[in-house]
Amino acid sequence: MTTEFTFQDNAAKNASAGHLAAGALAAGHLPDDAPIFDTEKMSISMGPSHPSTHGVLRLQLELDGDNVTHCEPVIGYLHRGDEKIAENMTYNQFVPYTDRLDYLAPLANNVAYAIAVEQLAGLKVPPRCAAIRVLVAELARISSHLLGFGSFAMDTGAWTPFLYQFTEREKLYTLFEELAGARFTTSYTRIGGVARDLPEGWLQRVGGFCDQFLPRLEEMLAMLTRNKIFQDRTVGIAVISKEDALAYGLTGPNLRGSGIGFDLRKDKPYSGYEQYEFDVPVGSTGDCYDRYLCRGEEIRQSVRIVRQVIKTMPDGPWYAADTEEARRIFAPRKDKVLTKMEELINNFMIVTTGPQIPPGEAYFEAENPKGALGFYIVSKGGGVPWRMKIRSPSFCTLSILPKICKGAMMSDLVSILGSLDFVMGECDR
Amino acid sequence: MTAASTAASTAAPTVVSVAASTAVLTAAPVSISAATAGGIVAALREKFPQDADKITPRASADHPAINIPATAAVAILTHLRDAHGYDMLADLTAIDWAEGASPRFTVVWHLLSVASAPDASASGTSASDAHAKPGSYLRVAAGCANDAEPEMPSVAAIWPGANWHERETYDMFGITFTGHPDPRRILMWDGYPHHPLRKEFPLAGVEGELPDPEVAAETKTKLIAAPMAGGPFVASSGGLNIGENEPRAKDESWNENAEKPKAEGLKG
Amino acid sequence: MVTANKEATYNSAIEGDIVVTRLDAVINWIRANSIWPMPMGLACCGIELMAAGGARFDISRFGAEVMRFSPRQSDCMIVAGTVTYKMAPHIRRIYDQMSSPKWVIAMGACASSGGMYRSYATMQGVDRILPVDVYISGCPPRPEAVLDALVKIQDKIRREPSGRALFKEENKG
Repeated sequence: MTTEFTFQDNAAKNASAGHLAAGALAAGHLPDDAPIFDTEKMSISMGPSHPSTHGVLRLQLELDGDNVTHCEPVIGYLHRGDEKIAENMTYNQFVPYTDRLDYLAPLANNVAYAIAVEQLAGLKVPPRCAAIRVLVAELARISSHLLGFGSFAMDTGAWTPFLYQFTEREKLYTLFEELAGARFTTSYTRIGGVARDLPEGWLQRVGGFCDQFLPRLEEMLAMLTRNKIFQDRTVGIAVISKEDALAYGLTGPNLRGSGIGFDLRKDKPYSGYEQYEFDVPVGSTGDCYDRYLCRGEEIRQSVRIVRQVIKTMPDGPWYAADTEEARRIFAPRKDKVLTKMEELINNFMIVTTGPQIPPGEAYFEAENPKGALGFYIVSKGGGVPWRMKIRSPSFCTLSILPKICKGAMMSDLVSILGSLDFVMGECDR
Repeated sequence: MTAASTAASTAAPTVVSVAASTAVLTAAPVSISAATAGGIVAALREKFPQDADKITPRASADHPAINIPATAAVAILTHLRDAHGYDMLADLTAIDWAEGASPRFTVVWHLLSVASAPDASASGTSASDAHAKPGSYLRVAAGCANDAEPEMPSVAAIWPGANWHERETYDMFGITFTGHPDPRRILMWDGYPHHPLRKEFPLAGVEGELPDPEVAAETKTKLIAAPMAGGPFVASSGGLNIGENEPRAKDESWNENAEKPKAEGLKG
Repeated sequence: MVTANKEATYNSAIEGDIVVTRLDAVINWIRANSIWPMPMGLACCGIELMAAGGARFDISRFGAEVMRFSPRQSDCMIVAGTVTYKMAPHIRRIYDQMSSPKWVIAMGACASSGGMYRSYATMQGVDRILPVDVYISGCPPRPEAVLDALVKIQDKIRREPSGRALFKEENKG
């Protein structure tokens, strides 16, 4: 009934406005450009609870039919106050909070945070520690990209890849659990080292995982890469130009998908990344499909790095040398703590007052799965940071949404969100 | 491989040699970064003679860092982007040096050079000399002149990505960015009365109203200060009185000794 | 008494096809074994909730694999993650849209009590706005713990006086 009324109303309106001759209207013939229905712009709130917003992102949309005329992301629904919390606890106490920033790759966050504090403290870690960090960061990248891949597939209508990738992720979780004791909130690094050495035989099991994983990965990627439906929904959608990617501070696969081959692991290597051979995939057009291809290739390159690390894993300690300076920053070995008075006191001081970091400022960005995760730490000395700013790649990534969503189709939004691969825990902090 | 990791797990920490460990972390040596900062400071002083005395090198543990005056911030940052190749604004934030300090608020920009320098033939040779290498950072800081109502010119016109960063800085610190296209809160909701990252604001938060009055009426819930009595505990070091040095929560705004924080006492 | 209707009396043709039971037991049996969860994936716990739906833990063994993102189709909200004050009203609104009978699982430390996020922005437990039936500890809880919570909520459903609730005044119409 409603439709009929609308039609009659509009028809009468159109007729009175002189768009149509009354005769043509009576005969039921309408010219092609006749505005039969009034179109009104519609406002829609997408999220904060929506399966394709990957958490609690909310998009305030203005639609003209199926076209998005205005898109405004509303964030902050997962703002938990991480930066304020960091100002109220010692450096080591904050490590578990870094797990929960990008909760798809906690190990990579741990590594980025530890290196940032060490950079401020001027602390050097031994080669084995650096190699372990590279190894776990790359495993985290695999696990994060896998979930990004799976949820992207789910957003575009494919359910199978999601279940496939979760099977592989579970295998990774088993490895993480053996390494750190938790499936994904690992808290594995410490200031000046890692929490514990690799378990016996763990490297072999990681190697075994890589061997069985690569064929599975090809199988998974093959489901989407040449898939007609997937291509139709992603090729040419939401093209981000090089200039825009730079101007909005995009990093990681989103930047590389736009054709800028910038990778902090190559261009500002940390933790010994310069020792490993790997390629940086770069997209050509910067659409959703390119970003997907970049992630897929990055998984392969991560496996390549992991295999090199396994092959060249150095022996030695997994924490910084026990120098006078280092003693102000991390606790001595447990066997010394339990047998020697001085070390016991030292241990007590480190645990209660925190690592004594000299005054100063440091900013460190690591190439995380989602992009460059940065920690800007301002210290006034002592065990507690004065200010810690977390530069989150997802925050920058989402800030480009108003630009690229304008003019897109409503149904493309889920493809766009899936291709950007963001995490709200990190975005909102 | 099994044997190797077993050997490592039982190895004494004294095995590591200092020479082996120095090669790993890639913090730039202090002398180099100071020199680079000096170069940029000299170049900027030449370009902006009227602000020459206010462009100074800034103490830094890693990247080159400079202080600039807030009044010339937009001009200097534009120049750094165009002539020195710092084409990406990696981060924008602020530091609150607590009440009493002046300037109380410092805004910090982290610039990153991503793209390589254009060919010397395409542009002037002097420009490519000044062009930063890909992967090099520059920290630029400027103090806000007014401590009570801090202001800073917006760079959202230079880097559109700064839009959200500045909204966040406004939300968290109350720093107004003049010329910002959309000065609203971003992380907290519109209408939230405080700026949480200011030093006088307690971590626990203060009492207040939920963003949605209907739900608040239905559930009779409001914002309450979070309990802090259970830690995390931090001990301060160096004090003479051992009783004061014992580990306690840094934010003592709500525990057995303190009343819940009140919103009235806050200036933020 | 002799009648033409044999249905009410013994009929050898349908012997064994009739089970006599209580109304409560039937209703609760149906409800408990086909819980459709509303996955309120707010933060990290949402990933473990997904893992519970994956092949390894396979939540469908307990009849709860039909995750519905529409509150109107679901009857058990799993609040998985940190509830911030900004998000809390939306959660309550979504809960209000779910049709009765409905249950709530607070998954993880954050949803149960605020967890490690004692800060100005975090609501200290979702039970301040929703009636929670089962709390799961852990940060995040393992998928086994989610399954355990599901079993607990099934136990709870089985003990409910569902038949009587049907005829209560306020539930009529």
